[in-house]
Amino acid sequence: MAAAIINLTHLVKKFGTQTILKDINFTVVPGQIVGLIGPSGAGKSTIIKLTLGMEKADNGTATVFGQTMPQRQLLAKIGYMAQTDALYETLSGQENLVFFAKMKGLSKSEIVHEITYVAKVVGLTADLNKRVSGYSGGMKRRLSLAIALLGQPQLIVLDEPTVGIDPALRRQVWRELNKLRDAGRSILITTHVMDEAELADQVALLLDGEVIAFDTPAKLKQQYQVATIEDVFLKAEGVQL
Amino acid sequence: MRTWAIANRVIKELLRDKRTLALMFLAPIFILILLNFVFSASQATDVTVGTVAVPQALQQNLEQSKHVTVKKYTSKAAAQKGLKQNRLDAIVQHKTANYSLTYANTDASKTTAVKMAFKNALATNTMSQLKSKLMATTASLAKLRQQLPNAPIPQQSAAKVAAPKITNHYVYGDSDTGFFDKILPILMGFFVFFFVFLISGMALLKERTSGTLNRLLATPVKRSEIVFGYMLSYGILAIFQTILIVLVTIWLLKIKVVGSLINVVVINLLLALVALAFGILVSTFANSEFQMMQFIPVLVIPQIFFSGIIPLDTMADWVKKIAAVIPLKYSGDATTQIITRGVSITSLGLDIGVLFLFLIGLTILNIVGLRRYRKV
Repeated sequence: MAAAIINLTHLVKKFGTQTILKDINFTVVPGQIVGLIGPSGAGKSTIIKLTLGMEKADNGTATVFGQTMPQRQLLAKIGYMAQTDALYETLSGQENLVFFAKMKGLSKSEIVHEITYVAKVVGLTADLNKRVSGYSGGMKRRLSLAIALLGQPQLIVLDEPTVGIDPALRRQVWRELNKLRDAGRSILITTHVMDEAELADQVALLLDGEVIAFDTPAKLKQQYQVATIEDVFLKAEGVQL
Repeated sequence: MRTWAIANRVIKELLRDKRTLALMFLAPIFILILLNFVFSASQATDVTVGTVAVPQALQQNLEQSKHVTVKKYTSKAAAQKGLKQNRLDAIVQHKTANYSLTYANTDASKTTAVKMAFKNALATNTMSQLKSKLMATTASLAKLRQQLPNAPIPQQSAAKVAAPKITNHYVYGDSDTGFFDKILPILMGFFVFFFVFLISGMALLKERTSGTLNRLLATPVKRSEIVFGYMLSYGILAIFQTILIVLVTIWLLKIKVVGSLINVVVINLLLALVALAFGILVSTFANSEFQMMQFIPVLVIPQIFFSGIIPLDTMADWVKKIAAVIPLKYSGDATTQIITRGVSITSLGLDIGVLFLFLIGLTILNIVGLRRYRKV
């Protein structure tokens, strides 16, 4: 097995007196989509923040590419897409892409090439010169994804990428993610949509700040003797089926 | 390089936000022109005085006073009625050898104006009485002299006595220089401070609430590059804003600038950067645009009181100490000196030094403060 891209060991995070994460352990290896599944407030976004170095762990370590986070330079190799669209509305799609490409430290010649590529991936080539304020919700989501893909990052972190988008677009996003995975990239994706979990290679079930299970969707269903990931969750939570 | 890209983006966003641009560039001009109208309108207060049984001579003297209209009443009661109905500002009544004055006192400046006018009229009255007495004495003296033999011819006659002529010279401005000219250099700074504070604070707040700040921090950008990017863009904007305000005040409002215009721009630019750093810092304590607005009465408006618009040397000592931490005081002092006295920027070391200290301190706080959103 190749060296882990993300390695979280005994991660603990507290905000004030409240413990959000207690002892989180899991790894993401190259060429793998790992789904981080859990109800709202389970600590999914906190894990992402620790992985990106936005927050510091109170205990345990988060290593990315073999280095302990937080580590500013490493962020150049990570593509991140937030829960919110986080776009500059008064700028055009093209200007948004150029700006973030510069922030990632891409060279001028790379920028042109990269933007052409990512715009094609998300199907926004024709709309790049329009202002984002005139985009539909789905287009904003796609542009947001395109920004995460800039610079061909080895690791892509997506926080609820498919919230609020139509089924056709969701399929399209997942098709892209599979392609990237096949190209050897690692993807960490959070979602609270349980049927999306089935599409991931590995699923980490997060409940009350703990990873209660980390395995392939198939094995999880087998282990819990249920038909869907949703049922796995309900059973783990102790809800009577 | 990233600093420039951020500055470029901030300017691009601003240029497309026409309303905000108008707020930054047109609003100060609009307010300055309005203020000019308000303050350069006749400074004198017109008053109407009712007189009851006032001697003829005094009555005439009062009537000759500028900005005073006199109405004669036969009884105090009639005059009182006029006072009640707001037709009079004061009543002057003659009682035996004394005068009794009753003021409406709804406007302190009118009361003062009446007091002044009456005093002057009374003084003139006394003067002319003295004069006529003097003339009578001189005449009788002359008569006496004529009766005496070998008397020398008197050298002077009372009629020749003339009042000395007064000529006024103004070091700054002319006789029309009023309150507006005094507060203008300070107001200029205030506008720069206020608009840059508000707009930059809002901009960073929006960046935070829309999630773009988080996304920005998820790239290898340095925290200092973000802060410097903002400073660069708003610095450029502040230069244009200051130049525009200065040009309007000179050409449209005809304010005399003794010192160098470039120096005025430099001071205001420094103030704008302080305002920017201050706005960014304050915005981190606000969770919404409305909360940002709430800082205006608490942090911005009080600055006017200590900026020098109201003379600081008349304030209590502990109040002066508050003024020491008000950036607007230093810029106001510096621009006032440049505009009214032509002081060179090199001799304003204290003001500039303190502004720089504010700027450096706030900038460091901002760069450290961004740690809240990314730990590295």
